[in-house]
Amino acid sequence: MKKTNQKASISLQIRRAISYIILIILAIISLFSFYMLFNNATRAHVDIQRGFSLLPGRSFARNFNNVINNTTILIVRGMINSIIVSTCTVMLSVYFSSMTAYAIHVYDFKYKKFAFNFILLIMTIPTQVGALGFVKLITAMDLKESFIPLIVPAIAAPAVFFFMKQYMESSLPLEIIEAARIDGSNEFYTFNTIIIPLLKPALAVQAIFGFAGSWNNYFTPSLVLTKATKKTLPLWIAYIRSADFTKFDMGQLYMMVAFSIFPVIVVYLILSKFIVQGVALGSVKG
Amino acid sequence: MTASNKNKTKHVSYKKWGYLFLIPFFLVYGVFSFIPMISTFYYSFFENYMSGLKEIGPTFVGFDNYIKLFTEGDLLKYFENTIILWVLGFVPQIVISLILAAWFTDTRLKLKCSGFFKTVIYMPNLIMASSFAMLFFALFSNNGPINLILMNAGIIKEPFHFMSSTAGARGLIALMNFLMWYGNTTILLMAGMMGIDTALFEAAEVDGATPSQVFSKITMPLLKPILAYVIITSLIGGLQMFDLPQILTNGKGGPDRTTMTLIMYLNNHLYSKNYGMAGALSVILFLVTGTLSIWVFKAITGQREK
Repeated sequence: MKKTNQKASISLQIRRAISYIILIILAIISLFSFYMLFNNATRAHVDIQRGFSLLPGRSFARNFNNVINNTTILIVRGMINSIIVSTCTVMLSVYFSSMTAYAIHVYDFKYKKFAFNFILLIMTIPTQVGALGFVKLITAMDLKESFIPLIVPAIAAPAVFFFMKQYMESSLPLEIIEAARIDGSNEFYTFNTIIIPLLKPALAVQAIFGFAGSWNNYFTPSLVLTKATKKTLPLWIAYIRSADFTKFDMGQLYMMVAFSIFPVIVVYLILSKFIVQGVALGSVKG
Repeated sequence: MTASNKNKTKHVSYKKWGYLFLIPFFLVYGVFSFIPMISTFYYSFFENYMSGLKEIGPTFVGFDNYIKLFTEGDLLKYFENTIILWVLGFVPQIVISLILAAWFTDTRLKLKCSGFFKTVIYMPNLIMASSFAMLFFALFSNNGPINLILMNAGIIKEPFHFMSSTAGARGLIALMNFLMWYGNTTILLMAGMMGIDTALFEAAEVDGATPSQVFSKITMPLLKPILAYVIITSLIGGLQMFDLPQILTNGKGGPDRTTMTLIMYLNNHLYSKNYGMAGALSVILFLVTGTLSIWVFKAITGQREK
């Protein structure tokens, strides 16, 4: 008996060792490209061309200034545009998705079930299938080169709705609403002043995902924005890719890519605990 | 007087608030998604494109665009590309994710730093796909760092031209997809595994089952619903693959259009203002993803009724 126990503990040790080795390898693979990005963003063009190095260079400030002072590729402007679009998108999306989820969670009405099923059904239909009509529509509405067609559609975000609905089912007792009604609170007022604060944890998780989703979106802005002063970051990345690569200052190029990636990484690292927890919440559980 | 008032408030119907709160969602969905989708379907029956600066059409042509799409265009080739790219990224992703999720949830293994590893493997998911593709393009270019490393290590003598080889370009896209999504899938599968009754695992342990037996006889069968959900949502996402190949190949789908996906094809039609063909392609995409969506819908509603 003792022997088999020993054997089992040795095999457990071996399995544990294998797990750690594979996890470390995967972590290195996942981080490697970002390390190279950071590394090359600190090196001068000539150094990058000359050879590969694992150590950072000394040209961080120069590359940084080159990117900021570049007059054809307006990365900073793009960043501001991206921040405007993503912030507005996220605020509209979490507020109105909560409102939609609240309507279905709290009230009883005839078409409730239909509305709920309809939203679930459209959740996985890709936005791209309506792209042609979308382009025609915004051209007709004279909204080309405007942020409105990127921001306003976020009011109807089925996935955020579904998440908020799940969250309300698990942690929004209907008694609170009853109590507010007895106190004579108007329904809209109750929603804004009592319910929204209660939803904060879920709103925060969805705000992060929504912000990243909008920040990273390339397809829709590419249909709407073409002016240099209006372009968001992904459009500038596409522009850099289409430019003549051989004439490019590689240090500056890596720095531009870093501008589009590192803000998200920093936010992610600060909030990673909530994000990793939030991923599983919006899905089907086995 | 006061008594009757009280009675009144008790019977106040809050129904109208339900409808009122639904207005923003349905109004916006109608204007920015539903109407565009219907008009896309409508345009698919018209011949409408730019010939130089002259607009041809729109003239009603019935199903001509669809016939053209299947007979003249490279629709099937692009469909095949999209599926190949998805499979190449998804197979390693699901295998690794299953193993990692099993490890992370294994109570006997007791892995330390699992929070750190989860944070690291999930990170690429939030990265801008176009930037990620740009970064890979730079790293894997002919005189980029990866080629320099491989040459220094003596693995290859001359730079490997990733971007001009089908296997190289497809491999890079699959690798990026894998890196971006395996952390996400691991977390989803973990949630599924943690939902399994631990008594089952304990019983198996008492009966002397090996870890691989536990995995194949208990974990896998009970994980089926969430596995199906992961596969179908990933496939729907895979059919929409755009940013990565578009940026990596500069929209050309090179080499020789072997990495051109369906949405890239749609994007090309939109840019060349060939609206009839773009419409027909959208309808086909809608039908395929719509069918898959019903599957997801059933998975979700089935789970909720349980």
